[in-house]
Amino acid sequence: MKDTGKNTKTNFFAKAGQAIGKFFQWLRGDLKEIGTTFVEGDWKTKVSFLIMGFGNFARKQFVRGIAFLATEILFILYMVKVGFKYLPDLGTLGTVESGYDENFLYVYGDNSFFILLFSILSIFAILGFILVWRINVKNNRQTELLLKQGKKIPTNRQDLASLFDKHFDKTLLALPMVGIGVFVVLPIVFMICIAFTNYDYSHLSPGKLFTWVGFENFRNLVSVGEGGFGTTFVTVLLWTLVWAFFATFLNYFLGMGVAILINKKGIKFKKVWRTILIMTIAIPQIVSLLYVGKLFAADGLVNLTLMKYHLISAPLPFWTNEHWARVMIILINIWIGIPYAMLMTTGLLMNIPEELYESARIDGANPFQMFRHITLPYMLFVTGPYLLTNYIANLNNFNVIYLLSQGSPRGMKLAGGAGYTDLLITWLYKMTVNNSDYKMAAVIGIMVFAVTAIISLVVYSILPSVKDEEGFQ
Amino acid sequence: MAKEQKLHKQHKKLSNGITYAVLVLICAVWLLPFFMLIVQSFRGYEVEYGGMVNYLFPKTPTLESYKFLFSPECKFGKWYLNTFIIAFFVAIGQTCMVLGTSYVLSRMRFKGRELLMRFWLVLGMFPGFLTMICLYFILKEMNLTQAGAVPGLILLGVASSAMGYYVCKGYFDTLPKALDEAARIDGATRAQIFIQMIIPMSKPIIIYTMLIAFMAPWCDYVMASYVAFGLDDAYNVAVGLQNWIWTNDYQGYFTRFCAGGVVVAVPVTILFMCLQKYYVEGVTGGAVKG
Repeated sequence: MKDTGKNTKTNFFAKAGQAIGKFFQWLRGDLKEIGTTFVEGDWKTKVSFLIMGFGNFARKQFVRGIAFLATEILFILYMVKVGFKYLPDLGTLGTVESGYDENFLYVYGDNSFFILLFSILSIFAILGFILVWRINVKNNRQTELLLKQGKKIPTNRQDLASLFDKHFDKTLLALPMVGIGVFVVLPIVFMICIAFTNYDYSHLSPGKLFTWVGFENFRNLVSVGEGGFGTTFVTVLLWTLVWAFFATFLNYFLGMGVAILINKKGIKFKKVWRTILIMTIAIPQIVSLLYVGKLFAADGLVNLTLMKYHLISAPLPFWTNEHWARVMIILINIWIGIPYAMLMTTGLLMNIPEELYESARIDGANPFQMFRHITLPYMLFVTGPYLLTNYIANLNNFNVIYLLSQGSPRGMKLAGGAGYTDLLITWLYKMTVNNSDYKMAAVIGIMVFAVTAIISLVVYSILPSVKDEEGFQ
Repeated sequence: MAKEQKLHKQHKKLSNGITYAVLVLICAVWLLPFFMLIVQSFRGYEVEYGGMVNYLFPKTPTLESYKFLFSPECKFGKWYLNTFIIAFFVAIGQTCMVLGTSYVLSRMRFKGRELLMRFWLVLGMFPGFLTMICLYFILKEMNLTQAGAVPGLILLGVASSAMGYYVCKGYFDTLPKALDEAARIDGATRAQIFIQMIIPMSKPIIIYTMLIAFMAPWCDYVMASYVAFGLDDAYNVAVGLQNWIWTNDYQGYFTRFCAGGVVVAVPVTILFMCLQKYYVEGVTGGAVKG
């Protein structure tokens, strides 16, 4: 076993080394090709190095020419109007603080937030521009070679038509790529950068500046002393993992139990039972969870009713005692989760061949043994990936926690406004919205990513259904 | 022998009886909160008391809470309209994005396809709320916060939706590729295949995608409250209801919350139940392929 571990490790490094080597090889080849294009190219191609699309215009490929030229003009306009204004300050994130000048007029200084945001955008734009420029060069080369060989080059009409045929992928993916680039990639890169700055309530832009602090925030996250986040982080992380474990597996097995009950031979109205449970999925969680949360509040119906009949003298601490709150959340989540799990498992349970059970029965197996040796292995095999994605979804299950308890009870010993039922994700939310502690929120976000990635990688490497897709079929 | 069979029958009857009892109990537990919500929504603020009380059934049932929702002093109607507009356009936009992306990833092979899919998978591992503050400022730069919250939220809902292509691509993968090839031999372009062949065959998955996309904005509290930033004209129902139940005067608003909850839940639930066949297909189909 040890040997294989070592092997994979060396393999990994060897592979990484190979990849880097390949990259430089490719880079060298690419640069060389650009050189050849320039040396061997005619004047149209040579001008295209500077004025993109020139060669295309000269060769009457107006569609391509317009596309290239428009990219270049837009890029230059962006860089002149926005890019060069912010990019030089990336190293310091601004030096001029807002304040009153000698005439007591409020003057805005540098805005660290926008410096960082637009610098990242500019870097994206530059990389994108280099890519388009490279395509432009390659395009010129190809067209020139075609002409030299006496072949026809694609006409404008063909170019346009290819966008709906051969290059239909580019047409369809253009919008999603832009959307994801601006609303996912850019913000994520930005927030990763924020984790290395001191952006928080005392450094709010535009009034104040913030700046780079290196790994200071990560040090804060693991430091256990006064004001450090270490203890809180461990508490919240452990609860997050425990919560996700219960939320996933408890619901899964109970849901499967309900599905087995409904699927049982001789039970009538199967559809009715199923429909009733599915209906509870339909009701928006904002209604159901808020209502149930209030039901168990100190002045909620449950406590008031119990007090009315003198069963208790003081309200039960459903949301105010850390252990009660944690158990309540897991229990209420069963109420939310069983219908999903039932739905997921019902069809699969019916796929198990009846003969397997029949022969087991003849061998004298009792129902529990049949479940243990037939149902469970099959179900775990088939639903392995579902369980993994469900576990990860539960790590980030914001709604259940936030709508029920808002992470309360708040811990006096916990830093960053965390409560005992807070998950990493609700803690992150609170730090962003309530505390404006963006730097630590960004660090926590990176931690959530790390936890998710590690769990996915580990589970994927041991899941049988991923390794062996053909098994059990 | 006969005796044994009889015993077996009795045993079976008993076990079925227990199963029925358990099922009835489960259904009762699952439906009880909703029943209570509906019952409490018929208690009125002026007639009786609008806060939380120690009994369930209202002493004098009234429609007062419902009337309040749609009275001029309350903006619930506006919130409802906001949410509906968001949900409607998000459903359409998201479905277009997901269908297009899934078709490309399922049917076309291009350089960087694997890389793109892996990259999106990694992006998906970052928690969504991490980027809240950044998204807020991007939207603010576009003038899409506060008064512009509704188009802003539509944009947010549609922009990144292509990353949720998994279920739809899984469905496209099951459609035989031979059909595509036959059509290509007949001279059909990729676009024609997509629009005239694949889409008509994908009714279940289109309905599933639209349904999921339509239902999400009704629950969106986090981004909606952040983008609306205190301007109550721009709220959606989730933000409005949440504020009602969490403000200090929720005593008066509790029954109004119940009534609002019913008004939100009933249409959504009816829609869902009409289309539940497609939901079940989508969810279970997607799960097995992982």
